[in-house]
Amino acid sequence: MCGIVGLFLKDKSLEPQLGALLAGMLVTMTDRGPDSAGIAIYSNETKDYSKIVVQSDTPEVDFDGLEAALSNASGVTVKMEVSSTHAVLSVPNGSIDAVRTAIVAVNPALRIMSRGDTLEIYKEVGLPKDVASRFAIEEMSGSHGIGHTRMATESAVTTMGAHPFNTGNDQCLVHNGSLSNHNSLRRKLRREGIHIETENDTEVGAAYLTWRMQNGATLGEALESSLTDLDGFFTFVVGTKDGFGVVRDPIACKPAVMAETDQYVAFGSEYRALVDLPGIENARVWEPEPATVYFWSHSEQPIKEKAA
Amino acid sequence: MQILDMAEIELREMNATLHAQAEKTNQTAWEIVNPRGAHAIACGLDAPIEVTVKGSTGYYCAGMNKQATINIKGSAGPGVAENMMSGTVVIDGDASQYAGATGHGGLLVIKGNASSRCGISMKGIDIVVHGSIGHMSAFMAQSGNMVVCGDAGEALGDSLYEARLFVRGSVKSLGADCAEKEMRPEHLEILSDLLERAGADAKPEEFKRYGSARELYTFKIDNAY
Repeated sequence: MCGIVGLFLKDKSLEPQLGALLAGMLVTMTDRGPDSAGIAIYSNETKDYSKIVVQSDTPEVDFDGLEAALSNASGVTVKMEVSSTHAVLSVPNGSIDAVRTAIVAVNPALRIMSRGDTLEIYKEVGLPKDVASRFAIEEMSGSHGIGHTRMATESAVTTMGAHPFNTGNDQCLVHNGSLSNHNSLRRKLRREGIHIETENDTEVGAAYLTWRMQNGATLGEALESSLTDLDGFFTFVVGTKDGFGVVRDPIACKPAVMAETDQYVAFGSEYRALVDLPGIENARVWEPEPATVYFWSHSEQPIKEKAA
Repeated sequence: MQILDMAEIELREMNATLHAQAEKTNQTAWEIVNPRGAHAIACGLDAPIEVTVKGSTGYYCAGMNKQATINIKGSAGPGVAENMMSGTVVIDGDASQYAGATGHGGLLVIKGNASSRCGISMKGIDIVVHGSIGHMSAFMAQSGNMVVCGDAGEALGDSLYEARLFVRGSVKSLGADCAEKEMRPEHLEILSDLLERAGADAKPEEFKRYGSARELYTFKIDNAY
């Protein structure tokens, strides 16, 4: 099964509540998948810094002295804030790649959860309520975010198999469904030089989008071509710096409900996930159509593209 | 009017209370408040009672219904009125996928739109949708009537048996072995009765009828064992 939630705020006054609203939505979806949970949150942009979130199963060992080691290895000032098994590294704008290289050199066992100007991804094995409280998600503010609770079908229950998957700077993906051509597609993408770490099907979906965008496609175009190139079942929700998008495969057997008011656009695998949102009783509630790319952005008007 | 508040009682207690209503109960009017998208609301009822759900429901609302009238004052999640045997289910809003699937009897009315797989494998139920329906609707439908006042999505009536499909608007595509058929007086009669019972403001003459072309191998006697 798996449960997905997403919340895109139009009303800035709700931003301090983003983490609390999103965590509440995700906890409601717990019985769709109790294996692991994760949240991607887009918080306010700082002018000078970008963020890399890293994870370790032994944070007390791996994060000890990491700030200095990464600053030395990368030649830029890295600041670190530890939150349970995750650490948010603040790095000067434009130095994400240098610090990523330094992370691999300093401690290859560290796992990179996310990178970007505003994106932070937190994900772990366990129930949504435990994952949310471990990282104090409810206290986070932000402009939009997506969340996922997993019932594993295609690969092991691990932190790296948890969603959301980071697909590029400030981009991430959550997935409900199962891809059936992920093995052949993984081989193809690896030949193209795309780094894929696990045997997980969604990571291949994420890598596919990354690869398409590296070759000049927009996110909308990449999502549209995924309808042809990915075989299997999927409802995807993607996050970008400016907004979030939704696409379902043409068969559309994985559930999806959306709600829109003047204050927000929300996504849930089920209506249950949306019932505590402010003003939901008067929201426009609908089911997104199959094989159709939906997108909401803070910088543009909403886009609905019907795939050819 | 008996009120069941889902903020106060558990789903199972609520359904058990409705199941306990016998054939000749005096408590015929029930209201369910605070449904909040819960699953399996008012499932398996078997008494001539009227239940009104004040809000939207999750998976499988009104499943396996017998005799009861169930009104949903909101939208319904996947599998509403699945395998209904008799009675009436009326949804004021939209219905998610496989509404009325495998239904044997009774009337399902959807005042909004229904999404994919509406009436899949229907076996005698009557379904009236005031709006439009999604893809693969009435797949392998065996008997009963489906009335769509709006449009139908892709692959309508694929591998259909004896069910009658009436569509007023456009049909994106017909499924395998589904064909447009002649609208005869007896069909107009069925249609006008269903439209009236479903409170749909449409004229029977505006509809087209679709049914099985009976060309698939299952219809060839030489393929019988």
